[in-house]
Amino acid sequence: MAPARVRVPASPMRQTWRRFARHRLAVASACLLAILMLGVILGPLLWRVRIDDIDFAATLQGPSAAHPFGTDDLGQDLLARMIYGGRISLAVGFAAMLVATLVGIVVGSVAGMSRRLVDPALMWVTDLFLSLPQLPLLLLIIYLFRDRLKALFGVEGGIFVMIVAVIGGLRWMPVARLVRAQFLSLREKEFVEAARALGASRWEQVVGHILPNALGPVIVASTIEVSAAIIAESTLSFLGLGFPPDIPTWGRILFDAKDHLDVAPHWALFAGAAIFLTVLSINFIGDGLRDALDPRRIG
Amino acid sequence: MGSSMTEQDLRNRISDVREGRLSRRAFVRQMAALGLSAPMAGTMLAHGGVAFADATLAYKPTKAGGGGVLKLLLWQAPTLLNPHFASGTKDQIASRIFFEPLAGWDKEGNLIAQLAAETPSRTNGGLSADGKEVTWKLKRNVRWHDGQPFTADDVVFTWQYAADPATAAYTTGSYANIKVEKIDDHTVKVVFKEPTPFWADPFVGAFGCILPKHHFGDYAGAKSRDAPANLKPVGTGPYKFLDFKPGDIITGERNADYHVPSQPFFDRIEVKGGGDAVSAARAVLQSGEYDYAWNLQVEDEILKRMETGGKGKISAVVSGDIEFIILNTTDPDVEVDGERSSIKTKHPTLSDPKVREAMNLLLDRDSIEKFIYGRGGLATASFVNEPKQFKSKTLKYEFSVDKANKILDEAGYKRGQDGVREKDGKKLKYVFQTSINAPRQKTQAIIKQACQRAGIDLELKSVTAAVFFSSDVGNPDTYIKLYCDMEMYTTTQPQPDPEVFLNQSNSWQIANKENKWLGRNVARFSDPAADDAYKAAQKELDPAKRAELLIKVNDLFCRSNTILPLISRTRVVAAASSLMHDHSGWDVDTWNVAAWYRA
Repeated sequence: MAPARVRVPASPMRQTWRRFARHRLAVASACLLAILMLGVILGPLLWRVRIDDIDFAATLQGPSAAHPFGTDDLGQDLLARMIYGGRISLAVGFAAMLVATLVGIVVGSVAGMSRRLVDPALMWVTDLFLSLPQLPLLLLIIYLFRDRLKALFGVEGGIFVMIVAVIGGLRWMPVARLVRAQFLSLREKEFVEAARALGASRWEQVVGHILPNALGPVIVASTIEVSAAIIAESTLSFLGLGFPPDIPTWGRILFDAKDHLDVAPHWALFAGAAIFLTVLSINFIGDGLRDALDPRRIG
Repeated sequence: MGSSMTEQDLRNRISDVREGRLSRRAFVRQMAALGLSAPMAGTMLAHGGVAFADATLAYKPTKAGGGGVLKLLLWQAPTLLNPHFASGTKDQIASRIFFEPLAGWDKEGNLIAQLAAETPSRTNGGLSADGKEVTWKLKRNVRWHDGQPFTADDVVFTWQYAADPATAAYTTGSYANIKVEKIDDHTVKVVFKEPTPFWADPFVGAFGCILPKHHFGDYAGAKSRDAPANLKPVGTGPYKFLDFKPGDIITGERNADYHVPSQPFFDRIEVKGGGDAVSAARAVLQSGEYDYAWNLQVEDEILKRMETGGKGKISAVVSGDIEFIILNTTDPDVEVDGERSSIKTKHPTLSDPKVREAMNLLLDRDSIEKFIYGRGGLATASFVNEPKQFKSKTLKYEFSVDKANKILDEAGYKRGQDGVREKDGKKLKYVFQTSINAPRQKTQAIIKQACQRAGIDLELKSVTAAVFFSSDVGNPDTYIKLYCDMEMYTTTQPQPDPEVFLNQSNSWQIANKENKWLGRNVARFSDPAADDAYKAAQKELDPAKRAELLIKVNDLFCRSNTILPLISRTRVVAAASSLMHDHSGWDVDTWNVAAWYRA
């Protein structure tokens, strides 16, 4: 891998990018994800069909020029609905992932660096959260705060904030455990000892030396959270606790389509493919990032 | 009484029968109520050009047994087998396989004797002239599954058992205000406190199953839930109990001593629970794993596609069930004495009759019928639709966004910048809730779009059925709480008579905190004129006058636009092509399971 001749070392950013670029699947996935995101962001400007125009003359139609993704059982245009729903699904997925990962990293690194009571205490909390039955808890939180959040952020905004908080707040535990385990082994490594001997503060040790080395597995774990969040959102919609039934998130479209799989497979296929491709590409990007951010890899 | 029906009426009814709008049996029953004998009514029909026919399932097999296994699929699983504790249809259907009432209702609303030797009438002396007494003659030579004889003691015991508040029977309402006397071993007399025109309630249909005294005698009252027979039924029905796994499966075997000769046809019966409506339909129509699946509220398009395989067919029978919308005239956002939607409050905009009138014009009932329900129901503007003699002739529906816009303009509701109308700062923005079920979400979408065009903004909400239809007092999302601006569901009519059904308009039945929201009037409708007509109908023995009074209640209820009827539902089931079955919209599906057979 390492070039034979000596040359001027590139900047760390360039090195990272070079390592990432070598992972072809990751690059292709990044392109795909970019296309998906551009599509849902810019789509409404290019495709100006309303998402809720009912047309009984055109129900369950396959893809055509008038409806590139076909129509559902009320004759509503699926492309418009996919674009609208994609914004919500992707936003929910990424926001929930960020919340879960941030909380997980903070809890995990504090536990991993502490040498006294804080570590066991935080791990008890983590165990406690892991043992909580998630669905009943979700129902409770939603009943307690739904109306208040709705008043604060509006119908869709309130539910968005709530779902992100709930999914993020209930899925940080695996990340926290992973980070703690990495910290426990890394903090005793020679390079950290060297940094400590050179007078690095705890904060500098964590941010400059331990965390970058621990990030690889965390990134892979958190990419999985994106897909988990998209799926959790559709579970909630299914139970009537997520977005209103006429808001076509990808999970919702898939759920509505399931009874018509035999005659209108396009309905489920586009939404299913979108979820599948998003999750897959995020996973590959995670893979690529792990390779790229791993300082032990040379090149 | 004959004078209450003109000759023209009579001619109309005969032509109704000829064209299939009125069943032959229903006609005969109406004529019997007017004092004409059944053969005479039949003769009238014959003169009117209608052939004699027997509408109930004709039983062809000549001997009992030999039919193999009958497999029923209930997508909600039964959890108990005592018919007097069965609050849900699933449990009533399962327990009806083992227990029987004195009489059941067939699909045309005729009373058919089961454990009774005959149905009471004025002619056979079963009904007293003052409308206060009913005498039932019991069938002789009926034996319980353990060989004990069935007698009047069992009937009297069933009354004592169900009437005792400590038993906490679900059916107690049918038995609490009556007295039952044993005349002899095979005759009982039911005595009502008031003249009761609709007397066929105790010991009839879903709430009427007779329990064996020798199994439940020690368990009346507070110990009722401990009876071993609650889970191991001993009845008189066509199948004997074998095994029961609550929430999963029930099995039974043929009762060789069944009191109807050469019935039942099947050797064993299996009732499997679980799944959802669509997968249940698939298991009968496509894979053929089961013979019968019940209560299929599924879009008709899907059912039609499944039927093309030829393994099974859909059967829909009329019922009085109605899919309707409630417009909340009370305020769901203001809490008074610990409850929202209290009748002490007024809804900021829906209390305005003009807004409700406009809403009624925004329901595209024809499209909902055509594109969603199909065979599952008929568009209607009336709350009561069955039996036909109780249906209002004057209520009509219309779909017109223009008219709705005009009404709202005239009432002073102006469109704001966002296109939503408002008046005095109050916007026409409503939360519209229903249960989770694909046909209902489609209906919501159709209504929302029409409302949008009239400047009304609907926020759709769907609640999982287990929560929406529960009677849990602590839950804010149940349909009885009505903590929303509008909601949609189906209310079922248990008998081929609208009296009990119409108690949903009684001001004393309004659901509130005090009655734990168990009052039947969820719409919080209140009108003294409707109350008076209802009370008068309860005591009116003349069937024509009584029907008129009940129609008046219905009309006042509907014209207030507090409720907006949508679809008069049918009961839709799927059955294997070879299965000859007999389900009814007026009784539980298994009411006549003894007569089912395979052709």
